[in-house]
Amino acid sequence: MDDLYREIIIEHYKNPLHKGRIEKSDYGFEDENPLCGDHIHIDLQVDDEQNVIDAKFDGQGCAISVASADLLLDSVIGKNIEELKGLGKQDILDMLGIELSPVRLKCALLSLKVLKAAIYELKESSDALTE
Amino acid sequence: MVGETIIRDFPILARTLHQDKKLIYLDSAATSQKPIRVIEAMDAYYHLTNANVHRGIHTLAEKSTEDYESARKRIANFVGVNDEKQIIFTRNTTESINLIAKSWGQQNLQPGDVVLLTEMEHHSNIVPWYMLREEKDIRVEFIRVTSDGELDLEHLKSLLKFAPKLVSFMHVSNVLGTINPAKEIVRSAHEAGAIVLVDGAQSVPHMPVDITELDADFYAFSAHKMCGPTGIGILYGKEGLLESMPPFLGGGDMIRKVTFEGFKANDLPYKFEAGTPAIAEAIGFGAAIDYLSSLGMDAIYTHEKQLASYAYNALSEVNGLEILGPGADRRCGVLSFTLEGIHPHDIAQLLDQEGIAVRAGHHCAMPLHDKLMIPASTRASMYLYNTNQDIEALILGLRKVIEVFN
Repeated sequence: MDDLYREIIIEHYKNPLHKGRIEKSDYGFEDENPLCGDHIHIDLQVDDEQNVIDAKFDGQGCAISVASADLLLDSVIGKNIEELKGLGKQDILDMLGIELSPVRLKCALLSLKVLKAAIYELKESSDALTE
Repeated sequence: MVGETIIRDFPILARTLHQDKKLIYLDSAATSQKPIRVIEAMDAYYHLTNANVHRGIHTLAEKSTEDYESARKRIANFVGVNDEKQIIFTRNTTESINLIAKSWGQQNLQPGDVVLLTEMEHHSNIVPWYMLREEKDIRVEFIRVTSDGELDLEHLKSLLKFAPKLVSFMHVSNVLGTINPAKEIVRSAHEAGAIVLVDGAQSVPHMPVDITELDADFYAFSAHKMCGPTGIGILYGKEGLLESMPPFLGGGDMIRKVTFEGFKANDLPYKFEAGTPAIAEAIGFGAAIDYLSSLGMDAIYTHEKQLASYAYNALSEVNGLEILGPGADRRCGVLSFTLEGIHPHDIAQLLDQEGIAVRAGHHCAMPLHDKLMIPASTRASMYLYNTNQDIEALILGLRKVIEVFN
């Protein structure tokens, strides 16, 4: 029916690997997409060297936003916080392997925005974080 | 008369999407499509008549003023208003409500005064009052919505004991499709001494509305949801109220006299129409009124009631689908629903691939969605040009959506 809904996206939406909360998280942030009311919370746990040892997300969203959150968190485990600061829009699009309209891009980038706000320990997130 | 036979009046409905998919437009609650005569009326204005109104002596200025004012008269007549000076051109329903909040609200509301809204309101009938609350410390209360998606009239009764200064509610819900008992609410509110504002954005396009009979003090609606262009809407107000209110925006057209000392406001309705108005849009609006009148609002209403009940029954048969709002007999052609395990954005995106246009999200009613405890919904909304085939296409589309996710 549509290339957008590739199997990998449906799979991560229906059976996300990293859904939940981390009780003693080192970094955490929550935000929403005002356009649709979707919201997402991300928790990260790191070791003494600031390497991510666990990452979880919670919240509600469409297949694109949930799948991108799950794929993103899958990719950050084992990486250093400093490394994550370099993540951008293209990394998400590469993970999803699809083209997106500007409206749906916001769904796809919500988790990256939340992750960046978490690791920079910001009070408010901004679209500029996902450039 | 309506449905199948008038599809050819709407050029856009002949187009296809994604190569060969016929457009199935089910988003008329957001904005309606425009018939050829509305498009041509505006085109003719720019080709033949374009000139500013209420200013010039020349032929074109006189003609455009005449056409502009004739539109106002036909719009007044369409909603049962005899005196067209009570019909003010605004940008849209939202601006009409803001005008009341800024002008009437500023003048008449004091700290602690109650403004009564409903839980099903569109943001445009909530935020202006929240903005006024920040300035004037008024109280904003909400009439409850029942589990059937209707207004709790017992709750209204108990809230009226607070002696609200204003009761402001939507005639027809843009999410639930509920047709509110407007006349009954206006009467009870008046008995409690309140002024009443009715948001008619979803009612005037779809059913016969007689504002005089309804006895509303203010009534607002938009052209673009009723076959007319964007950028123009109406605020109706009772003459005495409009006379006593201060102007909304200052500028040309709204003044009688300006000196180095001050200004004197113009007569109604111009007092509330500052600056060059949307002339082509008013003329297009007039053409839309003529078009709807030629078909008859009773016939349009009957057609949509039939469609709504056909859609209600068909949608009810889809597994995991839940329709928001009242039963088929107590609603209009706005059907919002949730589908288990599939997000509205994904539904709308997949339906779009089939050429079907629906809306996904909170439809500018976040508080109502909070109340229903859902983040978003999918909305299929119908109008005079929709047919049972469109509903069948929607159902087929939804079955494909379910297939993708299974």
